[in-house]
Amino acid sequence: MARPAELQLDQPSPETLTVSLTGPWKLGKDIPSTDEVASKVDSLGRLQRIEVNGEQVTQWDSGLLIFLASLKKIAAEKKIALVNVGLPEGARRLLELAAAVPEKKDARKAEEKKTFLLHLGDETVDFFQSCGDLLEFVGETAVAFVKMLSGRAQFRRADLGLILESCSGQALPIVALISFLVGMILAFIGMIQLALFGAQIFVADLVGIAMVRLMAAIMTGIVMAGRTGGAFAAQLGTMQVNQEIDALKTLGISPMEYLVLPRMLGLALMMPLLALYANVMGVLGGAVVAIGNPDINMTQYYLQTVKAVGLWDLGIGLFSSVVFGVIVALSGCMRGMQCGRSASAVGDAATSAVVTAIVGIIVSTAIITIITSVLGI
Amino acid sequence: MGHAPPVNKTDVEGENIQPMTATPEKEPHIIVKDLTMAYGDFVVMRDLTFTINRGDVFIIMGGSGCGKSTMMTILIGLKSPAKGQVFYGDEDFWGLDDDARDVIIRRAGVMYQSGALWSSMTLAENVSLPLETYTELTPAQIDEVVRLKMALVGLGGFEEFYPSEISGGMQKRAGIARAMALDPEILFFDEPSAGLDPVSARRLDDLIIELSESLRTTMVVVTHELASIFTIGTNSVFLDASKRTMTATGNPSELLAETKDPTLRLFLTRGEQS
Repeated sequence: MARPAELQLDQPSPETLTVSLTGPWKLGKDIPSTDEVASKVDSLGRLQRIEVNGEQVTQWDSGLLIFLASLKKIAAEKKIALVNVGLPEGARRLLELAAAVPEKKDARKAEEKKTFLLHLGDETVDFFQSCGDLLEFVGETAVAFVKMLSGRAQFRRADLGLILESCSGQALPIVALISFLVGMILAFIGMIQLALFGAQIFVADLVGIAMVRLMAAIMTGIVMAGRTGGAFAAQLGTMQVNQEIDALKTLGISPMEYLVLPRMLGLALMMPLLALYANVMGVLGGAVVAIGNPDINMTQYYLQTVKAVGLWDLGIGLFSSVVFGVIVALSGCMRGMQCGRSASAVGDAATSAVVTAIVGIIVSTAIITIITSVLGI
Repeated sequence: MGHAPPVNKTDVEGENIQPMTATPEKEPHIIVKDLTMAYGDFVVMRDLTFTINRGDVFIIMGGSGCGKSTMMTILIGLKSPAKGQVFYGDEDFWGLDDDARDVIIRRAGVMYQSGALWSSMTLAENVSLPLETYTELTPAQIDEVVRLKMALVGLGGFEEFYPSEISGGMQKRAGIARAMALDPEILFFDEPSAGLDPVSARRLDDLIIELSESLRTTMVVVTHELASIFTIGTNSVFLDASKRTMTATGNPSELLAETKDPTLRLFLTRGEQS
């Protein structure tokens, strides 16, 4: 069995301590620490010199270097001279290399301990700051939109086409699945309650009005927030990291017109169509559950839905979907444009975009619901 | 497990190949034999045969787009060759299963072109991750190793910084510290001087030389920076993009003095002598 790394301390004279190292001094090989040397140094008051003898070291790596660095620190603290005898040439040179650039002590200052009030104040300032950023971003987008209406906005029509495709056809499967299942869930819950009164046929009213007026738009908005809003933030964030947005600016091309406007337009145009599609799928989902009841057939369900759902319901639903589209596009683009310069910042931007969009969708739903209730529509 | 072929001049085939100038007593560390690199049907380089000796600072050089970085990805196990073999010692690297290949590649450290530091971690966490994953060192020992490695690359005191908070040159040096974390037998560098000012590039070259001489670690450097090639290189291979094969291998300074190949001469003289 190979000999382990060993440390031997001798005192040839009252002023000198010899530290002899033998065996393989490699990491993970249970190498001795400098504690023994430190306590010996403490016990010897008159010590002026530590000699490190490494002639018997058979193998070495960072393990030896760490030991020697630690020994050097002890010697420096006690103001004792450290003399190397027969240390491996490479180890000696690496120690010199490690000491060549002094440690930057003030590189990072200690984290400031914040009081509750200070924390609250900082958060409040941050909140108003982000509100200001949001308003600024909305304002810049509005300016870009006006420029587009007057035919002066710079963006590639091909990009708009790709965004329209991404926000429409490619989103259909997930929107269909979610809406169909939401329709089914509403019908299941409704059927149980309505069966108590023998009024199962009114499940068509419940599903129809809920989906067309609100749920289809909300579910589509949430799906698009996760799917497209997050993608917008990641795309623009990555462009920010790669300085592609800086390159646009230095060319005199407005990123708001070139990048944000087509995305905003694409999503705002496609959201009502997706919501319409979600309406159909939701009602179909409800129908599948309803016709499972022997008292209801497809024709009855269809006629009851047509009777219950009015144009106002459809209009409010489609209007909501446009609002949600704008919110999703705004939050995705804004977080992407605000992104930092690292990979983790891109992830943070995508997460923040989705959260902002969902909060925005819920808040705007509440506002629209209150307004329509007050107006009685 | 395969066996390494004998190393001699006849291993290098092709009419334009320069003779190898590596000293014969050196021990082969990596042997590349009859290697072809391809992306699908597109062959990047073919018939590559050369030897990287233990302790060499070996330069993989050539013009932009010639396949230098692809060569490195094959050597570090990220991409398989279309044909041919890579031997680490006497082990046929690409003939092994994934687990065995992982064991070999764990003995190597890689510094990527942009540092490739994990942006969500501090520099200390970047360096300590391999130690936490592959060693049984205590947190205190890991902390000591991290501080040593950071000091070696001149970044002592910057342990708690995030990669986004330091300059490109510092990121590269932190990348070297991470690559050295496990005291590897081989260090790979992808374009270490790219994007650095001349002084920083020279310091990085000095660091590579110092580490090579102190640790006797084999260094494989992908670069087309002439200053670095002549400063640090003890051995090299030249990949000729127009011929899609290697046309020379040997010490860069000796190649410059001896080569009759106009493409290589043009490359090594920065286009000044044809």
